[in-house]
Amino acid sequence: MNVSTNVPPSGPAEPLAQRLAELRGPAPQRSLNARSLAALAANPGCHRRAVLDAAGVDKTALAARLGRPAPFGQSPFAISRGVIFESRLKADDYGALLEPLRAHLGVPADDRAPLLVPDLLHRSGPAVRADRTAEALARAAAEPEAWTLLDHPMLRLDVAGGTAYLEPDALVVHGGRCTVIEIKSFPVLDGSADPAKVGAAARQAAVYVLALQRAAAAAAGQPLADDPYTEQRLPGSPRTSVLLVCPKDFGNRPTAVAVDVRRELATTRRQLSRMTGIGRLLEALPPGTDFDLAADEEGTPARTTEQLTAAVEAVPATYSPDCLSTCELGFHCRAQARCDGRVEQLGRGVRGELGSIRTVAGALAAASGTNGGTTSSGTDDGDPDGVGTDDAAERLAYAAALRAEALGAGA
Amino acid sequence: MSLLTTLARLEAVRSGRAEPLATVRHRHLSERPMVLVPLTTAGESGAPLAVMLGTDRDAPRLHLVPQPLNRTLRFDFLAELAADLLPYLESFAEDVEQIEGSEKDPETGEKTQVFRELCADAPQLIVPNGAGVHHLALIGRSTRFRRTAEDAEPGPYPAPLRVPLLGRWLTHLTDRAQVPGSSLLLPMTGLLSRHWATGQSHLEDQHLAARLAWHDPPEGLGGARAAELVETGRDEHGQLLHPPAGPATDPRFDEFVLGPAISRYDAAVTALQHAAEQRDGTAAERARAAVRAAVDQLEQVLTAVLLPTWRDVWRGLELLRALPSAGHLEERWTGDRWSYTGHRDRLAAGEPPQPRQDDAVTAARKLAQREREQTRLDVQEALDDPLAMAEHRLAGEAFAGVVADVVLEYDTTGRSPKPRPLVTLHTADRPHADLGREVHRVHGPSTQKAEIVAVDPAEGTITVRVLSGMGRKKEPEPGSLPEPGEPVTFTLFELTVRQSAPLPEPDDTPWTHGGPPGAASVPAAPASEEWE
Ligand code: SF4
Repeated sequence: MNVSTNVPPSGPAEPLAQRLAELRGPAPQRSLNARSLAALAANPGCHRRAVLDAAGVDKTALAARLGRPAPFGQSPFAISRGVIFESRLKADDYGALLEPLRAHLGVPADDRAPLLVPDLLHRSGPAVRADRTAEALARAAAEPEAWTLLDHPMLRLDVAGGTAYLEPDALVVHGGRCTVIEIKSFPVLDGSADPAKVGAAARQAAVYVLALQRAAAAAAGQPLADDPYTEQRLPGSPRTSVLLVCPKDFGNRPTAVAVDVRRELATTRRQLSRMTGIGRLLEALPPGTDFDLAADEEGTPARTTEQLTAAVEAVPATYSPDCLSTCELGFHCRAQARCDGRVEQLGRGVRGELGSIRTVAGALAAASGTNGGTTSSGTDDGDPDGVGTDDAAERLAYAAALRAEALGAGA
Repeated sequence: MSLLTTLARLEAVRSGRAEPLATVRHRHLSERPMVLVPLTTAGESGAPLAVMLGTDRDAPRLHLVPQPLNRTLRFDFLAELAADLLPYLESFAEDVEQIEGSEKDPETGEKTQVFRELCADAPQLIVPNGAGVHHLALIGRSTRFRRTAEDAEPGPYPAPLRVPLLGRWLTHLTDRAQVPGSSLLLPMTGLLSRHWATGQSHLEDQHLAARLAWHDPPEGLGGARAAELVETGRDEHGQLLHPPAGPATDPRFDEFVLGPAISRYDAAVTALQHAAEQRDGTAAERARAAVRAAVDQLEQVLTAVLLPTWRDVWRGLELLRALPSAGHLEERWTGDRWSYTGHRDRLAAGEPPQPRQDDAVTAARKLAQREREQTRLDVQEALDDPLAMAEHRLAGEAFAGVVADVVLEYDTTGRSPKPRPLVTLHTADRPHADLGREVHRVHGPSTQKAEIVAVDPAEGTITVRVLSGMGRKKEPEPGSLPEPGEPVTFTLFELTVRQSAPLPEPDDTPWTHGGPPGAASVPAAPASEEWE
């Protein structure tokens, strides 16, 4: 579970943070957690999402106000399954959790090096918990012989002028380094797990690893290594392989899988640096644009649906059908893409096939050989893929001729 | 996705309706398919919740697990499912034909004539989507190793007798479903995608009802709007008007409908136990009635979420049946019949269940088989359907046109001159081929090879020299060459993928008949897999 909260940085607000707070209005800031940070990587090119997330706008509420609510939800059965699995792992002094960890990390079974489980003050606020985690981690890292388990530690990560607090399931510290442990309730069946789920878990874990890397670098007074693929060996720094602990086959016995998250780490870093460069995106917004979702005492919303729609429209989006499963605004952006007749509504791959033709009407005009300037209507951002309009149009017209011939012959 | 598919999707966006991707039906459809709509419990891998099945559109049967976490109830469900499904699967086993072939004696190398049984027909399961196929594979995996009371060591939780058998059949069918062009087990979304394009993406097409919305959009609504209503429309209780096709259920259904119904069942069962402990006859009577009522209610709510999908699958079958069947269906279905017959024989021979993981040899063989079948499928579809051939033409792997000219020429280098006529056709197609490249004539009177001798894009002509398929005489057999004005198609790829041998693939041969030893030598695995 990821419970995390965002708090504005203390002291005088930086201009960026202030601008983001204005965008959000008086509504409470939506916390960025590891999952939402990881989801950013799902559609890296989307400015709309980057702005909304950086400002901490509640996208679920926004989607509902726009008239196309997010379809996401989690079944109570799935939630309780996750809770039961995790609590079983932690029962009897983490007995079941340690079993698979032993094999992977070499946690000793005998008593000579007992497992230390420091109290991380779970009832306190996030800032206190994060400080406590940092202390416990430093202490554990200073004793290379010891084995320490940090249960639900709290990590800090500065994102676009705010601080996100992140809560991994566990960290194991030994030999001066730590390893991120994520507990997932999807099974590892006959040695392999659903690659999509493993991928999502890896993206999420990469966010934790990044937070730990930054903390370790800061503590050592060193800059973070430029290359995300090099593992910086600093006191308390994380390994770039994380451990997923999942049920084995159809039962409740755990098994651990090591997952190398360096690739996800690189994506996350790129993503976050883009968030920091968000100032430029904000400058491009028309003055007065905001996403204020608050309502007054009578329940009259501060912004009308039209105003919100216009505000959302003001930030360019990069819709693709993947959005439907990764972003709360998926249905809204799809409706907009359809309304604008953009070809992305058919899938990411289509862009490559159609070159610089960007609209359905343009493509169909090209197909019928009557593309008298129509194709350029959808061409606005150059042609980075190298398929020229003419080339693509010619192929489309050829394809259309073949299709017509075949359908005629088959009828 | 090819450009032709994209074009069809673009057309569907414009028309607001599904547009054809095929002119014929490329998959065999049984006269008596078994439609099966499974549901699973969220968060529990492969845990069945319910299934609706049957061969009669008007008479679906429902089986359910009132408390999906209870092992005994799950076994009861699986036993019921086995009792319902196995008779269908086994009903094709008796009616056989004798196929003649030859077999090489491994020692002497001598070929001997053999006869082999081939079932005259085979079962066909239709599920709503790919996730349904995966779910059946999980049920197969979780049941085929179970021990029953008949085993020497039944273990602490013996499964009902026919449950492991069900698991082995489901494993076989889901495995076979990986073979391109096979039709023993088919997902409806895949069937529809092969034959029609919608104006939405592949991802959205996975939602069976949403993709069907493009086939029958209500008056005045385009496919996109109709599909969106299906995806998101909810009633006043927040429940989807059109539940998803499963196996996963809508989380809000779990929370507000299914969860409470299961809790009611749990409470009634607890009350019954309590009454039994207290030896309170009237309370027990009341509790028994409450349990029955709770099960009834579960039946009601699950029927309500399953029926729309059940109807959708049948609607899909109706759409597909309206297409004429492709020429090569019979041949591919014969492969499916061999597959079915082979599994029947393996069971009869007392082989152990399929291993958890294939050994390296079996895995390699399966991969090779799938690649071979993919090639065969591509070629056969191209031969059966001009729209499939159009894909190859667009890709530069084939060209078609009208014959402009035929000039008789001869190869005089040998003792007697051989006909080597030149055929020139008008075409806009641009094969990706150098001069001299061998090409194959499509739908000629016999197999016929030619080579490309000239390509003139300005004139829009291609000239080939015909090399074979003209008989043995000095002059070409009458009718063996295309006439001027006749349409003709050539491919750069061979049209005769090694014909499927009259005898089954090695994989489908039981070891008693000299099939792969791999399966037999792997010991039947785990005795007591935890399952709770
Ligand atoms: S749904 Fe819209 S805002 Fe969200 S990632 Fe996609 S395009 Fe961007």
